[in-house]
Amino acid sequence: MSFEYAPAPESRAVVDIASSYGLFIDGQFTEPADGGTFKTVNPATEEVLSEVSEAGADDIDRAVLAARRAYDEVWGPMSGRERAKYLFRIARLVQERSRELAVLETLDNGKPIRESRDVDIPLVAAHFFYHAGWADKLEHAGYGPDPRPVGVAAQVIPWNFPLLMLAWKIAPALACGNTVILKPAETTSLTALAFADICRQADLPPGVVNIVTGAGETGRLLVEHPGVDKVAFTGSTEVGKAIMRSLAGSTKRLTLELGGKAANILFDDAPIDQAVEGIVNGIYFNQGHVCCAGSRLLLQESIADEAIDSLKRRLGTLRLGDPLDKNTDIGAINSAEQLARIDSLVKSGEDEGADRWSAPCDLPERGYWFPPTVFTGVTQAHRIAREEIFGPVLSVLTFRTPDEAVEKANNTPYGLSAGIWTEKGSRILWMADRLRAGVVWANTFNRFDPASPFGGYKESGFGREGGIQGLGAYLDAEAAS
Amino acid sequence: MSERIEVRKTYKLFIGGAFPRSESGRSYEVAAADGTFLANAAKASRKDARDAVLAARKGFIAWSAATAYNRGQVLYRVAEVMEGRRGQFAADVQAAEGCAARDAQAQVDAAIDRWVWYAGWTDKLAQALGSANPVAGPYFNFSLPEPTGVVAASAPQDSSLLGLVSVVAPIVAAGNAAVVIASHGRPLPAITLTEVLATSDVPAGTINVLTGDPAESMPWLASHADVNALDLTGIVDPELAATLERDAAGTVKRVRRPERPDWYGTPSLSRLRGVLETKTVWHPLGV
Amino acid sequence: MTATLPDASPASLRRFLHGLPGVDEVGAHGRVAMLGTRSIKNQAKAWAIDLAIRMVDLTTLEGMDTPGKVRALCAKALRPDPTDPTTPSVAAVCVYGDLVQVAREVVGDRVHVAAVATAFPSGRASLAVKLMDTREAVAAGADEIDMVIDRGAFLAGDFALVHDEIVAVKDACGPAHLKVILETGELRTLDNVRRASWLAMLAGADFIKTSTGKVVPAATPHVTLVMLEAVRDFEQATGRRVGVKAAGGIRTSKDAIKYLVLVNETVGDAWLDPDHFRFGASTLLNDLLQQRQRMATGHYSGPDYVTID
Repeated sequence: MSFEYAPAPESRAVVDIASSYGLFIDGQFTEPADGGTFKTVNPATEEVLSEVSEAGADDIDRAVLAARRAYDEVWGPMSGRERAKYLFRIARLVQERSRELAVLETLDNGKPIRESRDVDIPLVAAHFFYHAGWADKLEHAGYGPDPRPVGVAAQVIPWNFPLLMLAWKIAPALACGNTVILKPAETTSLTALAFADICRQADLPPGVVNIVTGAGETGRLLVEHPGVDKVAFTGSTEVGKAIMRSLAGSTKRLTLELGGKAANILFDDAPIDQAVEGIVNGIYFNQGHVCCAGSRLLLQESIADEAIDSLKRRLGTLRLGDPLDKNTDIGAINSAEQLARIDSLVKSGEDEGADRWSAPCDLPERGYWFPPTVFTGVTQAHRIAREEIFGPVLSVLTFRTPDEAVEKANNTPYGLSAGIWTEKGSRILWMADRLRAGVVWANTFNRFDPASPFGGYKESGFGREGGIQGLGAYLDAEAAS
Repeated sequence: MSERIEVRKTYKLFIGGAFPRSESGRSYEVAAADGTFLANAAKASRKDARDAVLAARKGFIAWSAATAYNRGQVLYRVAEVMEGRRGQFAADVQAAEGCAARDAQAQVDAAIDRWVWYAGWTDKLAQALGSANPVAGPYFNFSLPEPTGVVAASAPQDSSLLGLVSVVAPIVAAGNAAVVIASHGRPLPAITLTEVLATSDVPAGTINVLTGDPAESMPWLASHADVNALDLTGIVDPELAATLERDAAGTVKRVRRPERPDWYGTPSLSRLRGVLETKTVWHPLGV
Repeated sequence: MTATLPDASPASLRRFLHGLPGVDEVGAHGRVAMLGTRSIKNQAKAWAIDLAIRMVDLTTLEGMDTPGKVRALCAKALRPDPTDPTTPSVAAVCVYGDLVQVAREVVGDRVHVAAVATAFPSGRASLAVKLMDTREAVAAGADEIDMVIDRGAFLAGDFALVHDEIVAVKDACGPAHLKVILETGELRTLDNVRRASWLAMLAGADFIKTSTGKVVPAATPHVTLVMLEAVRDFEQATGRRVGVKAAGGIRTSKDAIKYLVLVNETVGDAWLDPDHFRFGASTLLNDLLQQRQRMATGHYSGPDYVTID
């Protein structure tokens, strides 16, 4: 007999999606000046969820103006103690509306409800909670006795963790006394728009948070707007470079959190069962739509075969399907474009001679799906070992010694994260010392916490989000002198 | 219609999350600033102090094991629940201190904000007070603050609520458990606060509040071998303070000497530092 | 697991057991927590509840046990819910050795009779006493023996002593199945749980069992996870399939279903039957029955609508 779990779908009744959304500027929803809209779909079903406004140049002007006025008149002059209370309110409102936000995130993004419910939304609340506490303690943060805010921040975020990325951007900015204009990714605007409603419930002064929706052009208009003091971008390395170029010569401050091609390094003395879990979590969490995903598995040769067998066995138990089902492990790919990109890179892997294995699972007929996939026999020269796939695809390489593992791990233009699996503590620290990556996980992977700084080396970007270090992006320490 | 006779509250101790009377059966009369009778408060005995330390040790185990994030949320919850009782606290403070209504309200609001301030510290202490230490050798070396354990404190005699909160909040924000003796002459706001603590997810035993004469209970706490630190803020008699400090030497307790600061100012970190130990860890780096 | 299996010499056993991969405690807890979020509904839940009932070793292990108490327990084991004849019987009754005969008289061959033996629960007696305890229980009709390992010897590193004792008890069991109780609450670390699991299997255990129920903590999901991984790896290495019994502390249907999910997603179908997975429990059964009634009637049941044994 086999244990077949009956469907356990989370109810959609808790969310109330409007047929269309305006732009959230100066505390209210307004129509875009030129009336442009685009559709947002559920990637698991291709159902149209809503129509979202596309902000143009006039709208960005309005948003920047609102943010500037709020900064000058209300938020900038407000004491940290009072700002803190607004942020605590937001944290509590996120907790109170957690189920609604989780379902909405899953509908719009395609990620499993288990992840939006147990990872994304709790972390969103935690980020606001943590940064609320900083708002009235900035003199203790190591940026001088009286650090000042930077001003108006333009923030552009990706679609992989829509509300969480919003929290990573907005919470520190507000805590430090800045006002923001945030542009969510065009495929995942809905939770950002729900967040606008949370700002309303919190009685946040108008203009402190502005949400402008749109695609790449909207983002370009926003970051290039002369009224902006600070740009924070999370997304692809390609767009990050373009933003950096466009800001050259200006006085705008910039932080970038870009792509990655993390090595997850498994030694022969690793706690193997937990390591397999860590590998799975490292690359198949959120369908691999994770910039810090452990997309390159480096196996010590002495245990390579055994580890691959264990990994495949474990992948056979992953449950792919309806993201709203509470038992789903692997949800939908966020968009047709992303699916095409994954397909093409996987094809390159096959063409270049790596061995492909995909978990045996039925893919739903509608929506965008890709099965958990492992490539073995991969070398440093393969495209799938060098380029970010941003999908549930793992490239397996091998090594013989710790030095070789470090060399291979570092042999990439990226440097966002790395993983080390060994029971030997001194080796963990020796490896961590040599890995050129902003986050190194040892005997775990894909852990996030508002108290822990996150960000990359090299082409994975600069600046940190979270922790005491993350405040630096939104504080002007020199103004204090 | 005849005038309604009010139902008066019995003021008791707060030990281990429960509200016992003093085991001694004693109480003392608490009067308002103008001398009118307010209530009888429990007069804590040596054994009540002993019970409170036992409860605090148990509370410390649970409280110090909670994540810093969780502790922060709990302390913020205390502020939330206090906010809902602003009026009651203001009336208590006004009766206890005989101050103007506006001043009483200001004290209550400052006390609530103080909880919020300390709530934000729980998950930032390690970053503000800890360090990675660049030792000259192949070692990873770091230092972290850790709570010292059970802290016995005498709350200020004058500032019945803000003073009390300013003493207790840093003790527990740092992860310690507290046994605190409320203002002798103005204990009632402290007891109202315990009703908030009991309904704010603060684990039983984390904060224990005694009423009575600190001159009677504090010597037992100062010499108690299972108390790790002593906060003498509310001890007004310098000789008693010196005696207590000498008693504390028996088990090398950390001692904070008496003081009467302006409680309305933004606190420094000194109260937090005073109830934290620093732990340094060495670990080799090598293949 | 492709390591060469050890011989029974102390050095060989030690080398082998210390060569097993470590268990990362945080990771094991994380895995259990994730599986704990599985939502089992409707027909899957009904199926799981019946399976759980069939896996119960209905247990009474008290100093105040009497023949009367054991007869009542046996009646309950045979017909857990007299109001619903479709309710399956439990797997076994589990009693002290001196009450095996009483149990066997009631249950006949309809359910198994398990006896705790070897100076249960402490195991602090001579080998001769332990073997006598075992033989007497088997002679009285026990077809399953639940023995305890010598935790003192294990923690002192005397793996050979523990091994040889299990071999001797297995021999004394004759045809009876041997369940080896690791008492994981005393072993403390998951590394120890993994080593003790292998040691018991190498010595011939038919089942490895978490706990006596007399030590806190008794069965926990993370300990059970590590034991399931051990039986999985042992089967891969030797071809022999050893069962797992989670005993003590499992009181609700919700908990029992979580264990079944753990079994399902760690070792799969092959262990999802009473020959390979058991619950050692007493109060669990009534909660399973109440849930069963809830599934059948659509409303919540109460403690007065299931029988006390």
